[in-house]
Amino acid sequence: MTKAGSSPTDTTNVPQIKPPLWVNAEITYKCPLHCVFCYNPLNYASTFEKELTTEEWLKALGEARELGAVQLGISGGEPLMRDDAEEIVAEASKMGYYVNLLTSGIGLTEKRIAAFKAGGLDQIQLSFQDSTKEMNDFLSSTRTFDLKLKVARLIKQYDYPMVLNVVLHRLNIDHIEQILEMAEEMQADHVELANSQYYAWALKNREHLMPSREQLEHAEAVCNQFRARLGNKMKLYFVVPDYYQDRPKACMNGWGTVFLNIAPDGLALPCHEARMLPGLEFPNLRDHDVRSIWYESDAFNAYRGDGWMKEPCRSCDEKHKDFGGCRCQAFMLTGDARNADPVCSKSPHHALVTDQVALAQQPRASDDDVRPLIIFRDDGNSRRLS
Amino acid sequence: MSLANDRPLRFARQYKLQWETAQNAWVLLYPEGLIKLTESAGEILQRIDGQRTATDIISSLQAAFPGADLQQDVSDFLEHAHDKGWIITH
Ligand code: SF4
Ligand code: SF4
Repeated sequence: MTKAGSSPTDTTNVPQIKPPLWVNAEITYKCPLHCVFCYNPLNYASTFEKELTTEEWLKALGEARELGAVQLGISGGEPLMRDDAEEIVAEASKMGYYVNLLTSGIGLTEKRIAAFKAGGLDQIQLSFQDSTKEMNDFLSSTRTFDLKLKVARLIKQYDYPMVLNVVLHRLNIDHIEQILEMAEEMQADHVELANSQYYAWALKNREHLMPSREQLEHAEAVCNQFRARLGNKMKLYFVVPDYYQDRPKACMNGWGTVFLNIAPDGLALPCHEARMLPGLEFPNLRDHDVRSIWYESDAFNAYRGDGWMKEPCRSCDEKHKDFGGCRCQAFMLTGDARNADPVCSKSPHHALVTDQVALAQQPRASDDDVRPLIIFRDDGNSRRLS
Repeated sequence: MSLANDRPLRFARQYKLQWETAQNAWVLLYPEGLIKLTESAGEILQRIDGQRTATDIISSLQAAFPGADLQQDVSDFLEHAHDKGWIITH
């Protein structure tokens, strides 16, 4: 592998590297949906012709398992767009992974769920865009709502807990009550209501997606009512956008510490979004084994430890708590991945975040006005934005 | 919630116990993550098989580690595991 030109490779302060624990296998970026907040890279369509084969996936997963990885997410895109998803799940389960399938539910027929169950799949996470058909159609621009309800029933029928992920944003967050009523009707056991994070397509659409403070407060109050009424029967997690906070998230629990993301084309990444970081040459599973990628590649060593940090993180006493936040967010907003994540109030770039939050307090335009302004995730837009 | 001593114990749905060579430890796997178990926690949880009761598990441990008085520690740990939702009676 050639050395990455300007990447920070000062690894003198790197503590002993621990093996990866979590693998997220994005087995394809193909997806029948067009979510406005999609976290797939803008140029996702460029991976279509280069997807790893079944054998290549199994080889990579086997190598990661040998190093000690034990949690496995099978995601995408829509992982069910690949007809070898069952085979990958079954083989991974045999290797000893705890396997989690993250799906929009499209393509999850009874035949397929039976095969997953037989293959040892441990959990299914179903994602939903909204509870009202109209809104759902608007948000995903396909007619998928009834189908998801059917899938929710199948998941229960096959004795999986019903885990529901709903991405919240300015355009759907006021429907929170209907969303939770629907979740209750589906007998959801866990509901994660996370506000969209502003990466990839969501960053493109950020001003249309960021909720106002008032919207967040309303949503949280409704969540609390449901919590009080349903208790442990339906566990609710509500996550506000990090822009509303003054300390960043401990992104990935630190770069290259536990998490290995494998993109459909075999690129090994320390997080879903890292592909866009400049100056790093991410290794491909086609050319390298997981061991050398994890322990030796410049890309995985780039932001390990704290030797790469600049001020204010370098001398901050919280640096082992949040690791300076998210490298991708720092790069996207400030142009330098080594800067503090500007969500942090100590960051000299913090105004980039608070200005956006201020903008989100402005009166909400009607959906009809917003709709033409949104950039939907689709193959045409992906090729245009590459 | 107090744990009945005379009912068989099993892992709650979604919880899996597994030996991990890389960590040289028993780990408990569940959807949001994993818990690396101490040696004694591993010894206890290994004995949960859907048949044995808390009493059975204690006598099995006492046979394996004669001389140690394990009763209280094991009961406390099983109680803890039950409170955490890792194991259930059936
Ligand atoms: S966020 Fe939506 S469009 Fe993107 S991969 Fe997931 S389901 Fe598909
Ligand atoms: S200055 Fe850096 S390390 Fe300190 S709290 Fe902010 S982001 Fe975290």
